[in-house]
Amino acid sequence: MTVLDARVMGTSVRRVEGPDKVTGTARYAADQPVDAPLHLHPVQATVARGRVTGLDTAPARAVPGVVGNLTPDDAPRLADVGDPELVVLQDHEVHHRGQYVAAVLAETPEVAREAAGLVVVTYEDLPQTTAFDEHSPERHPAAVLANYAPPTSEIGDPDAALDAAAVTVRATYSTPVQHHSPMEPHTTIAAWDDDGAEHVVLYESSQGVAGARDTVAALFGLGEDDVEVASPHVGGGFGTKGALHAGTVLTVLAARTVPGRAVKRALSRREMFETVGHRPATVQHLALGASADGRLDAFTHDVVSSTARMEEFGEPTATGTRAMYAAPHRRTSHQLVPLDVDPPTYMRAPGEAPGSFGLECAMDELAVELGIDPIELRVRNEPEVHPESGVPFSTRNLVACLRRGAERFGWSSRPAEPRARLVDGWWHGTGVAAAMFPAIRFPGSTAVIRFRHGRYEVEIGATDIGQGARTVLTQIAADALGVPVDRIAVAIGDTALPQGTVAGGSSGTASWGSTITEAADRFRDKWGDDPEEGAEADAATPDNPWAGELSMAAYGAQFAEVAVHADTGEIRVPRLLGVYAAGRILNPTLARSQFLGGMVWGLSMALHEQSIVDPRFGHVINHDLAGYHIAAHADVREMEAEWIEEYDPYVNPMGSKGIGEIGIVGTAAAIANAAYHATGARVRSLPLDLFG
Amino acid sequence: MRPFTYARPDDAGAAVAAVGADPGATFLAGGTNLLDHLKLGVAAPSSLVDLARVTSTEITELADGGLRIGAGALNSDVAAAPAVRRNYPALAQALLAGASGQLRNMATTGGNLLQRTRCAYFADTTTPCTKRDLSQPCSARGGWARYHAILGASERCIATHPSDMAVALVALDATVHVLGPSETGNGQGTRTIPITELYRLPGDDPTRDTVLHHGELVTAVDLPASPLAARSAYRKVRDRASYAFALVSVAAALEVRDGTVADVRLALGGVAHKPWRATRAEDALRGAPATDESYRAAARAELADAEPVDSPLGGNRFKLDLVVGTVTETLRRLAGEQHS
Repeated sequence: MTVLDARVMGTSVRRVEGPDKVTGTARYAADQPVDAPLHLHPVQATVARGRVTGLDTAPARAVPGVVGNLTPDDAPRLADVGDPELVVLQDHEVHHRGQYVAAVLAETPEVAREAAGLVVVTYEDLPQTTAFDEHSPERHPAAVLANYAPPTSEIGDPDAALDAAAVTVRATYSTPVQHHSPMEPHTTIAAWDDDGAEHVVLYESSQGVAGARDTVAALFGLGEDDVEVASPHVGGGFGTKGALHAGTVLTVLAARTVPGRAVKRALSRREMFETVGHRPATVQHLALGASADGRLDAFTHDVVSSTARMEEFGEPTATGTRAMYAAPHRRTSHQLVPLDVDPPTYMRAPGEAPGSFGLECAMDELAVELGIDPIELRVRNEPEVHPESGVPFSTRNLVACLRRGAERFGWSSRPAEPRARLVDGWWHGTGVAAAMFPAIRFPGSTAVIRFRHGRYEVEIGATDIGQGARTVLTQIAADALGVPVDRIAVAIGDTALPQGTVAGGSSGTASWGSTITEAADRFRDKWGDDPEEGAEADAATPDNPWAGELSMAAYGAQFAEVAVHADTGEIRVPRLLGVYAAGRILNPTLARSQFLGGMVWGLSMALHEQSIVDPRFGHVINHDLAGYHIAAHADVREMEAEWIEEYDPYVNPMGSKGIGEIGIVGTAAAIANAAYHATGARVRSLPLDLFG
Repeated sequence: MRPFTYARPDDAGAAVAAVGADPGATFLAGGTNLLDHLKLGVAAPSSLVDLARVTSTEITELADGGLRIGAGALNSDVAAAPAVRRNYPALAQALLAGASGQLRNMATTGGNLLQRTRCAYFADTTTPCTKRDLSQPCSARGGWARYHAILGASERCIATHPSDMAVALVALDATVHVLGPSETGNGQGTRTIPITELYRLPGDDPTRDTVLHHGELVTAVDLPASPLAARSAYRKVRDRASYAFALVSVAAALEVRDGTVADVRLALGGVAHKPWRATRAEDALRGAPATDESYRAAARAELADAEPVDSPLGGNRFKLDLVVGTVTETLRRLAGEQHS
């Protein structure tokens, strides 16, 4: 494969829509101008499991300004698309607290809300379980993991090898339920045609317009041309906007009853903790066995995570572990405990984020046990080829990241012993962890390039969720066509454009960029460099000939300094450094922002984020941003990201690897390891708590 | 949405009369707590009486060296006032430790004092709460009780008062001026309440946070002249570095002479239904050597009757050590500043 020559790739082209965003003129879903929209407010289940036995909407309908209501008895019927979460108002079953059981449509949001509160619902309340207990009798092996990797892997005889190892570390780590909490809640404007045509237009805050279109089309039995979805700007997704959830379906259902009028609905912050998914809780049993000189003989990473009874989601917690270290005997496994909650979903490096907390803390514990520096321990277990599939790496520069980070962070002056540095009443320590995130390219995008009015119009239904897709795709198109960026006009975020895949799995730039590059090649083959007005070419995402032949992933090293107050136990993170090897970095300014953003996720995961599910009621009780803590500015201190030069001609024509999520991988472990180094106290559950 | 009337009277007398005449009426100041509660359905007043034109925003130095803070003075303005920063540093520090810049620019002194106690179950109308409805049980017991009380709680309520400012005022012996409707019909009357007596413990009736009667309006807060107050500090421990309520906070003023505690004021936040004046600790400290051992012993004395709550969802037993650690650190720092 040839890698594109970089002229504008690798430079910090300014964010294309930056001026629109900072001046407030960028229109997010709720900002879209529509005539006299109606507003929706849901009625949500107050039991976690049961049946609706009665619904009295008469008091709601009596409120002036109410236009209509929806109940399971009268809502339009939906096709079965095999996704229980999207079965909205089709029956009387209640699968989780907060589930939508009815809705009211009104002229204003205030009236809709008032009226929804007047709907009287009675339930048959069935026994429910919402407390996660790894010893649940309902625990069972995961049939499928969310990344479609095999749920178990086993090579050799890890249990026997662990028993025989010179040094063995066995420890259990846990991570809590977490919620994505993007600043912009899920928002839908839906309007059906009023001329009898089966046609609906949506403005949706979504990570992928094509997926949203396909889901709505399938649910309502429409052709794909009969559903239009636009998502020009998105105020954060983090995985929760990758697939549609019940709230969008509810709004489209409601709009179906009022053809010709738009229905507008932004979820409440509370609903963001009830109906749009979450990262499930994990309990991770780690065992590492090594020789006295620190070579791993065996490891096991056995995970139990929570899921929903209504729809299984297998958090792929330990699949990242398979790529990390050489060891002849090894096992990973995943079991699930079903709960009466809304289904978990992809969130900020699903699998890698929680799994790296377990593995990379265990590696630190092993280093302590062996008396070997934790960087050196990782270097000694660096594999030559992928340790489970046996295929070579396209590129793997984990060791280079560790070495560079050690140099920049001042690792050589680190005391070997914990609890060695007390400064102004704070114990200081440092920690390290390794990071990996697969380099993913999804098939299924199409790009069209058209020459008009002296500019190259590049169309692809990609999505900019803040990561900078519009800008980076402009750079890629410019280099692929051999023209300056000001001759490129990229259009994304709309199903009127050729299909684009989801902005998820850190795959966007690779998937869309490969597609645009292919279309540019065809364009130049067909039209040369002096095209006529209206010249056009298109292409679908090319296959990667190296898929399956090579193991392709970005790697990184996370370094943290932690300070723990000697009198109180408060934890602060005065310093974070991430060093990454992720192929060619296409836009240093945007890349730095993505890396730092991922590291802030990791900081927030380490110290703050935790959804408290009250099992008596079945819902998250800290369901607002005062109760669910995300790192505040004051928590983010000195934080730097850098990257090493990496030339990878195998991943894609840009030579780039996805960078959207690797910043969170290993970060919580580095912080936990630093907290241990600061205090001598090992905390194995998140968020870290050293009070009391 | 529930309909309510709205009035913006021009003077305190009219405001007090308006609220006093309607059992469902309530005063509206900065609205940073009340408006949240209106949206959540926790509060459903029949009438809002806006104090925008009513309460004084002045911060006035009194002839005796004390300070009078109008009830309408914004938290951000009080925190920035030179007289506050110079003579009552604990108060300035407490204000700046609270909320966010945007909220401090809206919140008033009177409103801050009268914000409701905080509890996730109180704010969630889909769960039972005795404070919202005396016929319901307390959900915080056995639930998420991390932020809840270890002192002075009752079976019926373990919520904590969230104000940072009030903790400092309690330590600094502030008094609260109140204008109330006449109970006899003979005209409105004023009264002055030591702030240590403003707040209630929940007891059998957690629906009331303070001793104020319906229609009574806080008009000003007085701080007495006190050389001790100039050597005061506020220390807040929370789950993140900013924009979080206190797990434990300490307001303290300390005078050390010849290595001995000559005088001390100490109040705790995040531990009770009210800002907690730590009189037992003060008594233990006066005359004691100014050492970590004394500070720890005094904090432990204050906690002698503490009843932490254990819960599978997060209890608050950790606050016992946290109070001791935070008190010790704060007093040590104040003592150190006097040496240097």
